[in-house]
Amino acid sequence: MSTSTMLSVPDLEQVYDALATAIDTAGPEKSELFLVKLALLNANALGDADGFKAQIAAALKDL
Amino acid sequence: MHQPHAEPRRSIYYQYQVHAPWLASAHPPQDRKKVVIVGAGPIGLFAALELARLGVPSVLLESELQVSEGSRAIVFTRRSMEILQQVGVDAPITANGLPWRFGNSFYRGQRVYRMEAPHDPDDRFFPMINLQQQYLEQYLTEAVLAHPLIDMRWGNRVTRVDPKDSFVRVDVDTPEGPYSLESDWLVAADGARSGIRAMMDLKLEGASYEGRFVIADIRIDLPLPTERLAFFDPDWNPGNTILMHREPHGIWRVDYQLPADETPEQALAPESLKARIDAQLAMIGHGGTPWAMDWCSVYSARALTLPDYVHGRVLFTGDAAHMLPIFGVRGANTGWQDAQCMAWRLAFVVRGLAPESLLQSYSSERVAAAWEIIDEAGKSTRFMTPPTRGFRLLRDAVLSLSLSQPFVGPLYHWRTSRPHEYTHSPLNSAGDDNGLFKAGPGHGAPPQNIRLGADDYLLDHLGGSFDLLYFTDGPAIPEALRKVVAATRAGGVPMRVVAVGAAEPVAGADLTLADADGHFRQRYGVLAGGAAYLLRPDQHICARWMSLDAGRLQSALKTALGGAASTVSIQRGA
Repeated sequence: MSTSTMLSVPDLEQVYDALATAIDTAGPEKSELFLVKLALLNANALGDADGFKAQIAAALKDL
Repeated sequence: MHQPHAEPRRSIYYQYQVHAPWLASAHPPQDRKKVVIVGAGPIGLFAALELARLGVPSVLLESELQVSEGSRAIVFTRRSMEILQQVGVDAPITANGLPWRFGNSFYRGQRVYRMEAPHDPDDRFFPMINLQQQYLEQYLTEAVLAHPLIDMRWGNRVTRVDPKDSFVRVDVDTPEGPYSLESDWLVAADGARSGIRAMMDLKLEGASYEGRFVIADIRIDLPLPTERLAFFDPDWNPGNTILMHREPHGIWRVDYQLPADETPEQALAPESLKARIDAQLAMIGHGGTPWAMDWCSVYSARALTLPDYVHGRVLFTGDAAHMLPIFGVRGANTGWQDAQCMAWRLAFVVRGLAPESLLQSYSSERVAAAWEIIDEAGKSTRFMTPPTRGFRLLRDAVLSLSLSQPFVGPLYHWRTSRPHEYTHSPLNSAGDDNGLFKAGPGHGAPPQNIRLGADDYLLDHLGGSFDLLYFTDGPAIPEALRKVVAATRAGGVPMRVVAVGAAEPVAGADLTLADADGHFRQRYGVLAGGAAYLLRPDQHICARWMSLDAGRLQSALKTALGGAASTVSIQRGA
């Protein structure tokens, strides 16, 4: 995976909390839809289809 | 005994004409035919006209006594119009159809995507034009009945096909009983439920999708422009998709997806249709507007093709050869490309101008096109009718994002039928300069139209023969090239020469186009005099040169004729 910039630990902690809170806000019915929307927004921001596919592969590991 | 429906079909806008059946007892005994075409739908009718234009007679067998029931195919592409222009039926379609180029996708009452199909000033025809299939078939039928080389036989149903090595025998049932007919060649243009395909036990390859749609044509006065309307996941039909198209004569096509567990019979029950159409009209703000039903039907999305369209002396074309999802207007629009690709080859084989093996490249070009379509249509279909939970989640995520994130908008744009480029056709010249061109149509592509003047376009002048576009500002086509052209013609192969770029008529050219402003040369990537394009009789480019010489022209013609030396065979028969 080509990650040129990495999150600092405080930023990673912020992301962690924000995502958890948002999943709770979306609720059990809509959290999956929310996560897919988020993934698409991230993919667009990433601007790299192969990089995104590598992230998919990483996320599919050890489920 | 075959008893076709003899009463005019019902329609609130179309006046059906019932034709008299063709009866063997009213005609003398029959010789073996050159070509028999089964099915007088849009593709069979066109195939007969295209063959006739190239001098080949045919018998056209149609089971029914009248044109299609209901509007069926309603959207015709620019390339289809260019193809239909070749057999002279574009004018009534242009006069009576509704042209358009915008598509709109709606979600939760908001327009989330607007598709704009480009309309080049060099194009004669609009990207799309809407007209009910009955009219289309009527115009084609009128041309067929007026053509002395076409033997149109209404009420003749093929009940058995018996392919031999060098001919095909068919049994034909009629209202007075059966007769038998022999033909050198049989063209199966008998549609998605092709009887010929079934009788020959040929299997389609590909995929069927789950989604089923109702098509309903209603007469209603809606103050909306001719644009495609698509509605996703509306409250009245959750998770599903509705399409609307304007048709001539105050008719609208409403096309909606059925819930997964519903049968076609339930879907076509009058109360079900009424409730759903009322709900759709209410959603677009026209609830309560009076409407009347003309015709309705149910279809399912399929993406299937025969792996080969040529089986000995039997050729498959149109829906008989493949079944393609109709979103993307891929039925008739694909079929005409098939038939155009097939007809000139078959005509040349029948006339002894090319070897039978030339037909193999019809199959390879169009099977490849069908697989391209299946791949493209699969993308649209997966968006319209998501096949799995994952695809549904993604589709729903895109719908939701589209309300605020325009980057997902293009996912709404399902690809529509386009002209296919036979980039890898064996008929393309290997020794030309195709790779050196920076612009213009390449190997296997249909030509870019060029506006020459008021109501005058390049494609008005091309097709039905090999066409050599020769770019020059000189007074004459070089002598060596003229000799190749003359020898080609002497061998019976129709060929025309169009000179481009000279103010005065060029000697040796059948037509000279001045191209005073250099626009034509620019669009075709021509940098200097002596460049040329060679077009097949279906207008597709098979060779282009930065600087043409006689040897390379000779070689390109030989390749395009399937390897036969174009100058040696003296025309046999016809």
